[in-house]
Amino acid sequence: MTEPRRPDPDALLARVTEEEAKARRGRLKIFFGASPGVGKTYAMLEEARAKRREGVDVAVGVVETHGRSETAALLEGLDVLPRRAIDYRGVTLKEFDLDGALRRHPSLILVDELAHTNAPGSRHARRFQDVEELLNAGIHVYTTLNVQHLESLKDVVAQITGIQVRETVPDSILEQADELEVADLSAEDLLKRLKEGKVYVPEEAARAIDRFFRKGNLIALRELALRRAAERVDAQMRGYMREHGVREIWPAAERVLVCIGPNPAGARLVRAGKRMATSLKCDWTVLYAEVPGQRISASDREALLQNLQLAEELGAETTTLSGLNAAEEMLAYARAHNVTKIVVGKPTHSRWRDKLFGSTLDELIRGSGEIDVYVISGEVGDPQRSAVPHPGRRSPVSEYLRAALVIAGCAAISFPLFSVLSVTDVAMIFLLGVVFVASRYGRGPSVLASVLSIISFDFFFVPPRFTFAVSDVRYILTFGVMLAAALVASHLTLRIRAQAQTARDRERRTGAVYAMSRELAAARTAADLIAIATRHLADTFGAEMHILMPDSTGRLESGGLDEKERSVAQWVFDHGQRAGAGTDTLPSASSLYVPLRASTGVIGVLDVRASDPTRFEDPTLLQLLETFAGQAALALERAQLAERAQEEEVKVEAERLRTSLLSSLSHDMRTPLGAITGAASSLLEEQSALKEPARRELLQSILDEANRMNRLIGNLLDMIRVESGALQVQKDWEPLEEPVGVALIRLGDRLKQHPVRVELPPDLPLVPMDGVLIEQVFVNLLENAAKYTPPSTPIDISAEQTNGVVRVDVLDRGPGIPPGEERNIFEKFYRAANEGPATGIGLGLTICRGIVTAHGGRIWAENRAGGGAAFHFTLPLSGAEPPAVPAEPAAE
Amino acid sequence: MAETKPVVLVIEDEPQMRRFLHAALDSHDYRPVEATTAKEGVAQATGRNPDVILLDLGLPDGDGIDLTRRIREWSATPIIVISARGKEQDKIAALDAGADDYLTKPFDVGELMARLRVALRHAARGDSPQEPVFEVGELRVDQMRRQVFVGDKEVHLTPTEYKLLTLMIRHAGKVLTHRQLLKEVWGPNAVEHAHYVRVYMTQLRRKLEADATRPKYLLTEPGVGYRLRPE
Repeated sequence: MTEPRRPDPDALLARVTEEEAKARRGRLKIFFGASPGVGKTYAMLEEARAKRREGVDVAVGVVETHGRSETAALLEGLDVLPRRAIDYRGVTLKEFDLDGALRRHPSLILVDELAHTNAPGSRHARRFQDVEELLNAGIHVYTTLNVQHLESLKDVVAQITGIQVRETVPDSILEQADELEVADLSAEDLLKRLKEGKVYVPEEAARAIDRFFRKGNLIALRELALRRAAERVDAQMRGYMREHGVREIWPAAERVLVCIGPNPAGARLVRAGKRMATSLKCDWTVLYAEVPGQRISASDREALLQNLQLAEELGAETTTLSGLNAAEEMLAYARAHNVTKIVVGKPTHSRWRDKLFGSTLDELIRGSGEIDVYVISGEVGDPQRSAVPHPGRRSPVSEYLRAALVIAGCAAISFPLFSVLSVTDVAMIFLLGVVFVASRYGRGPSVLASVLSIISFDFFFVPPRFTFAVSDVRYILTFGVMLAAALVASHLTLRIRAQAQTARDRERRTGAVYAMSRELAAARTAADLIAIATRHLADTFGAEMHILMPDSTGRLESGGLDEKERSVAQWVFDHGQRAGAGTDTLPSASSLYVPLRASTGVIGVLDVRASDPTRFEDPTLLQLLETFAGQAALALERAQLAERAQEEEVKVEAERLRTSLLSSLSHDMRTPLGAITGAASSLLEEQSALKEPARRELLQSILDEANRMNRLIGNLLDMIRVESGALQVQKDWEPLEEPVGVALIRLGDRLKQHPVRVELPPDLPLVPMDGVLIEQVFVNLLENAAKYTPPSTPIDISAEQTNGVVRVDVLDRGPGIPPGEERNIFEKFYRAANEGPATGIGLGLTICRGIVTAHGGRIWAENRAGGGAAFHFTLPLSGAEPPAVPAEPAAE
Repeated sequence: MAETKPVVLVIEDEPQMRRFLHAALDSHDYRPVEATTAKEGVAQATGRNPDVILLDLGLPDGDGIDLTRRIREWSATPIIVISARGKEQDKIAALDAGADDYLTKPFDVGELMARLRVALRHAARGDSPQEPVFEVGELRVDQMRRQVFVGDKEVHLTPTEYKLLTLMIRHAGKVLTHRQLLKEVWGPNAVEHAHYVRVYMTQLRRKLEADATRPKYLLTEPGVGYRLRPE
């Protein structure tokens, strides 16, 4: 038994939200037809009357009767709202009164001609926007629409009828409609009605009437309308299936790729792609393959951007590729993305050009293999138009000079040799010169070189010599070959150069992204990352960049922006879409704002302060910018997460320390206090009973424990000084013997079980140090050694001067340091795992580290060869010579 | 008249500390006089004419260094200051202001008595010429012949070393700050060059001490100066 199929909860939720919105909204019913005259308005009125009979409050917002009595008859008895008069250039236009309708607020309103364009001065430019407002106000709307007014069908209709429809409505209106009723009439009947004068034809279309109302056209339009309606039914069907958990049977995954070029015709291709994708129910992509160096006029670029935008509006994914061979790029993309159908435009240029330079379309079709290629009227994205890209530079004058020099050189070489050479050989020398020039310099210099070589060849060598006359016609051919060779060679050179340039550009971009990611990977803190990212971005895009991060409440930092700019940035952060200068959203802002999108959502905003923000309308640049922004965002997110983790860790560690400190202190302070209290109270209370040796013992223990507490407090005070930064190092040039000596004396009895050997070289210089503090280092290290090593094992102290520092070694022969703990032992409250109680609170080495570090030195520990621990610390000699001591006569 | 007990003025605000000092002094044949504030201390110093003054530098009502200076204006009574470890600058300031010695808290009775003995000895001798021969442990210095011996072996010293050593002998048992030593041996212009003293002290130790890192005679007072073991 299989589990009953459950509807996808997300889809259901979306459906519920949709329905809720719809419940508040008015319902929209569209009477849909293939052409004027099929009876849409008639059907609408009939239905309205039926509703009215049912008791529904019906009002007529606007219905065009076009003077037809049968339509007018249907209006009778219905509440027709008065129209609003608008004066426009001396003409009074009667328009639908939106405000009147909203005030009247009927349950159902009829608004004819959805695609109508309102007279200037109306609230909305288009009637469908009025309808939208009515629906939002909760009023049900009946309206009519002809198939040719659908945005996505505009081109097809134009193709069929030859008439460009201007008043289009977005397809989404049709898709949103709650009900669609097709008013259908066969072509023959329609033509009959037309002849009878029963069809209203707008005056402006009167001229096209013959072309429009042809039988073929009408049949095609009817098919379009019916198919569009069927598609909608299909969509409803799928909605139903989704709702009821019916397993959907998807068609084999298709994917449509539309390749557009930099020209206005691309819009047709985009619409064709949309239609194809809709009927195939598949995703589609609009691609523009840019050829570097290709010159595109500003208006073409504008058209390209608009078309890409249109594609996005129609639900396509858009992408821009860059490559010398457009066809190869398109195919590579298509294969990488499992595209099944490619839509391209028909080329409009002459066939000769294709013969000469090859055709993108041809290459595309030949290379397409299993992919279907649809060729649709409209210019294919044809970068071949400038198959020889013009590198964006002009040859400098110096190159012309050099070209002339090369030819002069050829003449100079050939002249003395002419006695032994034939004219043809000389022509070869000149040809070599021309090819050389062409391969090194631009087209201009090569043409100059070939002209110069022809002239000098003719003048100096072609008989009759020293005249420009040509005795033999075949030399004309030689001249022609020279010129052709120059052109071909320079053409090839330029092409190679352009290829190299493309490769370099690509390399540079990849390199830039790589360089940034590499640096980002090495950075630790978010602040570093922001600095690195902004620097790289600024370098790569030549614009001032800032990264704005939100505070804990999600409000972006101002980053020096005024409130208006900040609110744009905030919008970008909240909506995750770019906005600002150079975009369609809030374009009055002075910067372009790009969201920094990471895996957890938008984490910040990139503020691009370009001097020319329109620069980023270029899709390639914009895409690169987004790539950079994406990289930066991911790195920033990583750092943020790491910082958060670290903060947590620090908190846990601080908590651990606090607990550890409290338990250590309470133990270490109370133990000696306990002993003191106990001994003192015994002495007081049992004075008479105590024998002399016992008294002494008690007194001795009081003294010992008091000393122990004194040391403990001293350590704590030192620790506080080290921790709080209050440690003041008063350096003086001192011999190392002094602190060592004082430490040994201070430790006294505590070292009695360990022979301490001190070996300081007699030539050891004075060391700049704070003797009191360094003495404390020795005390702590020696105490440590005494504590952790078995009795009678030796402790060695030695020192040596190396590389501008004095290194001091304190070595013991104890059990050594547990492996891996060499660093940890310097941490606060560290205790060896096997350490017994009452041995100190683990501050000694931390204090040593604090003191040595404050001296600019380093302290470390390791295990000693042959057993035992070795502690080393260095004290820098500061590079300065120890100060001089006044000389004196030799010993008496 | 039998020798009277020396009077020791204790200027100390801590009652526990006063109790300890009182008991210790009393049992060692001193006569303690107590003051709890700086103001009271000055009054007692004038009124009771003490033989030694024990002064705690951490008095709540006044600057112990200033008090030292004021007492020195009219009295040569030895002053021993008491201070905590880590307050070396205070000790030096007090010594330079005219204090004779110092004790670092906590200290034991032995230390206290040793300081008192030295202070009283120096005060009693006053300007009278000192013994021509100084002896401590193996070290013997004959100041008449300018000869220095460790055990039986004569040690040759440079003039500066000798000058430094005799200065230490003159103040044997008392701490001498770097500044005091520099001023006496190298002259008032050299008082900032503490390393002169350190270098010469190291040389002296190498010549006089059996183990220079564990000196028996020339003791280092960390952060303050040096002291010659008196006995």
